[in-house]
Amino acid sequence: MANYSTNEFKGGLKVMLDGDPCSIVENELVKPGKGQAFNRVKLRNLMTGRVLEHTFKSGDSLEAADVMELEMEYLYTDGDMWYFMKTDGSFEQYAVEKRALGDTGKWLKEQVPYTLTLWNDNAISVAAPNFIELEVTETDPGLKGDTAQGGSKPATLSSGAVVRVPLFINEGEVLKVDTRTGEYVSRA
Amino acid sequence: MAVDWGPTATLETLRERARLLAEVRGFFAERDVWEVETPVLGHGGSTEVHLASLSTEAATSAGRERLWLQTSPEFAMKRLLAAGSGSIFQLARSFRDGEVGRRHNLEFTMLEWYRPGLGLEALIEETAALVARVLGRDPGPLRRRRYRELFRDALGIDPFTESLEALRRLAGERGGLSMADSDRDGCLDLLMSFVIEPTLGRDGLDAVVDYPASQAALARHHRDPEDGARVASRFELYLDGLELANGYDELTDAAEQRVRFTEDNLARRELGLPEVDVDARLLAALESGLPEGSGVALGLDRLIQLALGKASVAEVIAFATPRC
Repeated sequence: MANYSTNEFKGGLKVMLDGDPCSIVENELVKPGKGQAFNRVKLRNLMTGRVLEHTFKSGDSLEAADVMELEMEYLYTDGDMWYFMKTDGSFEQYAVEKRALGDTGKWLKEQVPYTLTLWNDNAISVAAPNFIELEVTETDPGLKGDTAQGGSKPATLSSGAVVRVPLFINEGEVLKVDTRTGEYVSRA
Repeated sequence: MAVDWGPTATLETLRERARLLAEVRGFFAERDVWEVETPVLGHGGSTEVHLASLSTEAATSAGRERLWLQTSPEFAMKRLLAAGSGSIFQLARSFRDGEVGRRHNLEFTMLEWYRPGLGLEALIEETAALVARVLGRDPGPLRRRRYRELFRDALGIDPFTESLEALRRLAGERGGLSMADSDRDGCLDLLMSFVIEPTLGRDGLDAVVDYPASQAALARHHRDPEDGARVASRFELYLDGLELANGYDELTDAAEQRVRFTEDNLARRELGLPEVDVDARLLAALESGLPEGSGVALGLDRLIQLALGKASVAEVIAFATPRC
């Protein structure tokens, strides 16, 4: 792969750091007027999701990481692996480990497109769409006439996630949920 | 995707900026320092090892020539001084390759002025007065901070005598990177930027003085009273952790200047950096005689940023580099 010098660093660039693929979040130049320049760089480790800060001398370089983001539909799980399929008509499938699936595991629904991050053609993370519609499989019976009270109760969704919902929601209803915050948005 | 065509500064900010530019001009008019305009392009450029110059090619009366974009208006202004201009100032667009970020813009406005007959101490006072005028408030007391004392207080080392090995270790620790192949100044720059600078200019203005001689190519040198170490007659002014201005008791010795240019280009060659054409007209001007005096360059965008309480220079520049 190619190398990128600090002056080519920009948000979203994928590079290798200490053996892990990382995505550059922020690159800040630190330089006394006539002195040596340094770059204070924030990177997201794509394996762990953690953001770390690293300082480079300006002009230093890092190897590019072979990282791609692809949209794929969720198909099924056999308990060990989770299977996704490309949406480009190729029917090509990728098997994803639990570790790479991470928190997205609780937002899975068949035929919904997810964003898979591939490193050297292996899935290392899966991102759910920002909003997803899921059915309520379990919750206390709805309270009639309580639409204005603003109280809430837990509800289990078909994907396994548990979210706080208004008291008037019943089992079998389909809800729109924000996967980033895990919050109820509305009835679908 | 939508094209970002709008300014990076609000129109209200740009109007404020215009008002502050008028304040600057008023400040110098009151002091009988007149405004000059010199070319952005020159046949010679800055040889400073850590400044990357932009250059261009242009068809001139001499055919096709390589011309350098100034990193500051220093050389042209010194030629005016040598021609007998007296005190002058300039609001000069300056260019430094690769310098883009929260505190930097590829092209920026340098407020530079020269005061023949004025010593460095008096120039520090004047620079602080200019800063207060643009801020529109009293920035607090003006303190002199010796470079050496700053390192002793913050890091417990003497930057002039500490071994290179110890400096590399300390800089590496503080910066979280390997400094094993860095020179003294590289290590000191890191410690200054990462450890000391953020603490400067809090509740007042800090003028850092008595820099290592190696860190001021165009300044006179003098002896440190403590142990006779060679220090540069240079100051840097800091406010709110931001480096605002850099002033020198100017070097007027043409031969010494020529040596320092040559050394810079040698260092450039060793580091694999492009060599820069030396400004022969500046050297000739120095030979004809530059009046004794001091000069200072101030990053006006940063000062305006602080005056208007903004978080980055992009917020006080109409179209910052990413959107130019």
